[in-house]
Amino acid sequence: MARLELRNITRRFGDFVAVDDVSLTIESGEFFTLLGPSGCGKTTILRMIAGFEFPDAGQILLDGIDLVGTPAEKRPVHTVFQSYALFPHLTVGENISFPLRMARHAAADIRQRLKEALEQVRLGGKAGKYPHELSGGEQQRVALARALINRPRLLLLDESLAALDAKLREEMQVELINLQREVGITFVFVTHAQVEALALSHRIAVMNQGKVEQVDEPARLYGFPRNRFVADFIGQITMIPAQVEESAHGHRRLVVDGLGEIVTPLPQGVVIGDKGVFAIRPEQVRIGVQAELAELKNHFTGEVHSLLYQGDVSVYRVRLPNGTMIEALLPNSAPGRAELFKVGAEIKVGWRHDAGVFLHE
Amino acid sequence: MRRGPWLWAAALAAYAFLYLPLTIVVIYSFNDSRLNAEWVGFTWHWYHELFHDEDMLIAAGNSLLIALIASLSATLLGTMAGLAMHRYDLKLLNFMVLAPVAMPEILLGVSLLLFFIQVLNLTLGMLSIVLAHITFSIGFVAVIVRAQLTSIDESLFEAARDLGATPWETFRYVTFPLILPAVIAGGLMAFTLSIDDFVVTFFTAGVGVQTLPLRIYSMIKIAVTPEVNAVSTLMMLLTLGMIVLASRIAPDVLKGKV
Repeated sequence: MARLELRNITRRFGDFVAVDDVSLTIESGEFFTLLGPSGCGKTTILRMIAGFEFPDAGQILLDGIDLVGTPAEKRPVHTVFQSYALFPHLTVGENISFPLRMARHAAADIRQRLKEALEQVRLGGKAGKYPHELSGGEQQRVALARALINRPRLLLLDESLAALDAKLREEMQVELINLQREVGITFVFVTHAQVEALALSHRIAVMNQGKVEQVDEPARLYGFPRNRFVADFIGQITMIPAQVEESAHGHRRLVVDGLGEIVTPLPQGVVIGDKGVFAIRPEQVRIGVQAELAELKNHFTGEVHSLLYQGDVSVYRVRLPNGTMIEALLPNSAPGRAELFKVGAEIKVGWRHDAGVFLHE
Repeated sequence: MRRGPWLWAAALAAYAFLYLPLTIVVIYSFNDSRLNAEWVGFTWHWYHELFHDEDMLIAAGNSLLIALIASLSATLLGTMAGLAMHRYDLKLLNFMVLAPVAMPEILLGVSLLLFFIQVLNLTLGMLSIVLAHITFSIGFVAVIVRAQLTSIDESLFEAARDLGATPWETFRYVTFPLILPAVIAGGLMAFTLSIDDFVVTFFTAGVGVQTLPLRIYSMIKIAVTPEVNAVSTLMMLLTLGMIVLASRIAPDVLKGKV
């Protein structure tokens, strides 16, 4: 049975539909992420699961039992807030043991579990400190320990890494993955940072304007976005207008005006006459001189329009004969070769027959 | 920035204007003469006199008792009002709580007098004074408590609920400890407002009860004796002490950082 199931959840604020008939199933032990731009409804969903907001329609089932109507304090669901929301007048130890005290645990039990919790998040010597005496990363770990100490059935994380600087955020991502594996608790994570979502999650639901656009594993989401919004929101992608035509043998083939046929797998349901875009990731596009690209099914001549040196990689923008720009990523693995191709140079771009996706209009 | 000598002079003049009269009152309370005219010599005489003045001691006792009851009640009610003003965004509620703060005291005095006599049919005395003092103190406490509440991250209250605290436990373990400095500061403010109030007390005291300010007023109708200086000095010390205490307990609130 699913750990959490949202059934046709809708939430309106006046005329604004924040969450529009959303259904989701989250499995036990899963690291599930709600990803989307601000205002897409992801935080509202989280707040409804926590019990701070109530759906206008629909059900929220935790292990098969509807949570709507249960007050926040009675739900076996805890939240790690964006601001951490550590109680400033309580010590680290008092903060972390707060849920146990509210649940009327015996003093000896509280002591024992606090000790374990402090060790788990490597805050052994800090029990007597106050939150303002800790670094951002330590505060984050206190918030995690506090939310996990009485083993909720679901842990909600609301943009919990957003307040950390880039380097610390990466460390905390690794810690979060390890912690989740260790405790085996189902995590529901809300973020607008797609890199974070891809790195952390087992599955991701991409949201836009109150609706779920796609639910998938990170690699599938990245490799096979279902529509233009998902393709555009996650990672870099080049989109070229294209249409499906009939080949000489009566098969479907994808054609780009002024460029000719593009060999790519066309999903079922796509029929002759369909219009849309051909979308391809920069790292799937290879760039070079004639010989090395000859074996690729798709190869075109182009002109280097601009190049963006980013240290580890260089991003080339190449103008194709029909005027469209395509981005290609070249790793700078050999030192001193960051500018392999000059702006204005005529070069070849190409990609494999199974690269890229066709997205309906 | 370099401050010019004129700025220093202006500041000095302003502070002198504010504090010179007070300093003179204090100095002459130690003057060994019946008149507040010239310095004769140092004495504790007037303080001695003060502590053997039966009427004065009764008035002081009344004032302390009134201030204590009024400030405790106003603290309780004002805190509740501050919490309500924070939680519910009602313009009318804000207006109703804050109006007595801005209202001219004489108006408040007259209307309370009429209310006690004509509507409640109350005999004027301690009770009417206490009720009047509570009325004008609530607003001050409410403003201070609300200011503190707005400075607290709202997600702290949600976090408490999220982690298993009922609404009452959230108040008991999170909200109240966090607003406690403001509550105490508000209470001390209410105390100082009550203990030196004259106008409202004058209207609501009736004939039987005297408070310290009323007593002082009746004394200076005859002559300003150094005994008045002495009691004024003591009241000044008490009030100052209270304000210093309040600003120590809730520095942000009184520094207007909110």
